[in-house]
Amino acid sequence: MKLEGMHLQRMLRGQKRSERVFKIVAGGALLFALVALAILIIDVFLDGFRRLDWQFLTSFPSRKPERAGVLSALVGTVYMMGLTALLAFPIGVGAAIYLEEYARKKNWFSRLIEVNIANLAGVPSILYGLLGLELFVRMMGLGRSVLAGALTMALLVLPIVIIASREAIRVVSPAIKEGSFALGASRWQTIWYQVLPIAFPGILTGSILAFSRVIGEAAPMITIGALAFIAFLPDSPLSPFTVLPIQIFNWVSRPQKGFFTCAAAGILILLAVLLMMNAAAVFLRQRYQKRLYL
Amino acid sequence: MQLTETLPLGRTQEGGFGFSKSKVMPSFPVSSRRNRQKVREEAIRVTLASCGFLSVLTTLGIVGVLLFETLAFFREVSIFKFLTDTQWTPLFADKHFGIWPLVAGTFLTAAAAIGVAMPVGMLSAIYLSEYATDRFRKVVKPILEILAGIPTVVYGYFALLFVTPLLQRLIPGLSGFNALSPGIVMGIMIIPMVCSLSEDAMYAVPQSLREGAYALGSSRLQVALKVVVPAAFSGITASFLLAVSRAIGETMIVAIAAGQQPRLTLNPTVPVETMTAYIVQVSLGDTPTGTIEYKTIFAVGMALFLCTLTLNLVSQFLRERCQEQYE
Repeated sequence: MKLEGMHLQRMLRGQKRSERVFKIVAGGALLFALVALAILIIDVFLDGFRRLDWQFLTSFPSRKPERAGVLSALVGTVYMMGLTALLAFPIGVGAAIYLEEYARKKNWFSRLIEVNIANLAGVPSILYGLLGLELFVRMMGLGRSVLAGALTMALLVLPIVIIASREAIRVVSPAIKEGSFALGASRWQTIWYQVLPIAFPGILTGSILAFSRVIGEAAPMITIGALAFIAFLPDSPLSPFTVLPIQIFNWVSRPQKGFFTCAAAGILILLAVLLMMNAAAVFLRQRYQKRLYL
Repeated sequence: MQLTETLPLGRTQEGGFGFSKSKVMPSFPVSSRRNRQKVREEAIRVTLASCGFLSVLTTLGIVGVLLFETLAFFREVSIFKFLTDTQWTPLFADKHFGIWPLVAGTFLTAAAAIGVAMPVGMLSAIYLSEYATDRFRKVVKPILEILAGIPTVVYGYFALLFVTPLLQRLIPGLSGFNALSPGIVMGIMIIPMVCSLSEDAMYAVPQSLREGAYALGSSRLQVALKVVVPAAFSGITASFLLAVSRAIGETMIVAIAAGQQPRLTLNPTVPVETMTAYIVQVSLGDTPTGTIEYKTIFAVGMALFLCTLTLNLVSQFLRERCQEQYE
């Protein structure tokens, strides 16, 4: 009896130890991820913040690292994102409304769209670039223009916008819709006057986050042939352009050390743009969240 | 529900207030206003449906473009050579079109990424789902998600200028471009995805299973490793497959830090080239349409598409099965 008790005690003690070790290992794994994030940001910041000044923001790319700037890339990014949003937002929200409000009864058509969207979200972004290259740049003859870039990006962002908008539409209480129907409103009237006003902040928040995802995409833009050396601002949808990620990629791939600093400074600006978009999304959510659940 | 209860007895909700269509509609002349509204409603429905259909067209577009150019490619290069040649040199005078060097590069970087992302992501998921308090989870998860939101060029910069020099101090003879460093960084990028998918799967494991194990005297560790993880296995496998798919399709990190030298090797310390990096390399040069170099990027893209599609489909299937299991 006594022997067994001791055995049990030893077993329990061993178990407790492995328990503690495992907790430290698992917590350590989590810590590893968080520390990696911190190091990444600190490293880029230390490399780049000294290069960050007004001259950098207002200069065109240059062959000399100390005179180079991000003006054309920054303007190009804003220009392209604007066009992309113009193209992708209405279509994405439209598709989301269809899937949430019209396709409630699952028929083959809505199932096809749903399966397809789930798969599209997993297609590597560079393949969208190949599609854009063949379809928009070559076949439609748009050339390596802002418009071709925006169309490509719109296709890339569409699945994410649809998924985000669907979630926002889904949380609208059925009681509101039923009330509207009971008053004799048609389906579209219900959607337009009841569902959309309530879901809109959520749609906007989700879409801003979706756009912030693709703003950092360089691969599809390289494939359709956006250039890194653009010493002018895009003035029409058909002019050639560059975007921040491509400018950064170009600077990173050069041998001169000076351009690495430019790349780090460019990264800081890109991260700042992303941070602003995310902040806007969070602000919108905070501001309108209460109204959602009235 | 409430609506049915308030209806007078004997009337169903579908029949709705006695206005059943078959009885009422013929006796009223259909007003033109209502007719117009019907047309409008239908037009709107069709418009919205076509918005949804555009996503299907996107898929068809990708498949179509890849197929078209790949077939053109195989008219010039035999599929046999594509699959058996051990050299990939379409940009040189002496052209060889063996896909394997690119596959090897892709495999190496992806393996390194998985080697980082799977253990770290899963352990983090176990910690978050089995050990952490709710408050801790609420603070940490969004911070972890930031990792997934950072643009990949930034990771490329980090791999080339921070991780590679760091590794060079640990591993003598590590080349400035290699498969290891971008692989590790790619792994860090994928951690949040693995973590949140695995955590979802573990969260879906019913509490009663855990409580049963506790009642039998199991420790937390035993519950986590012997009950929760096996029960969530299909979900965890799904996250693994999705992580592989993401690592294979990732472009900028490897294009920046892995080099541009396709070679058939399993050595992670020398420069390699992945499928995606090759597409970038060709795109950066001005390759005219119709040349064999132009077609190669679509053939490589097709290989990439088939790999990721398969992984995504299997992953999705596993996740759906995992969801159904406990409902």
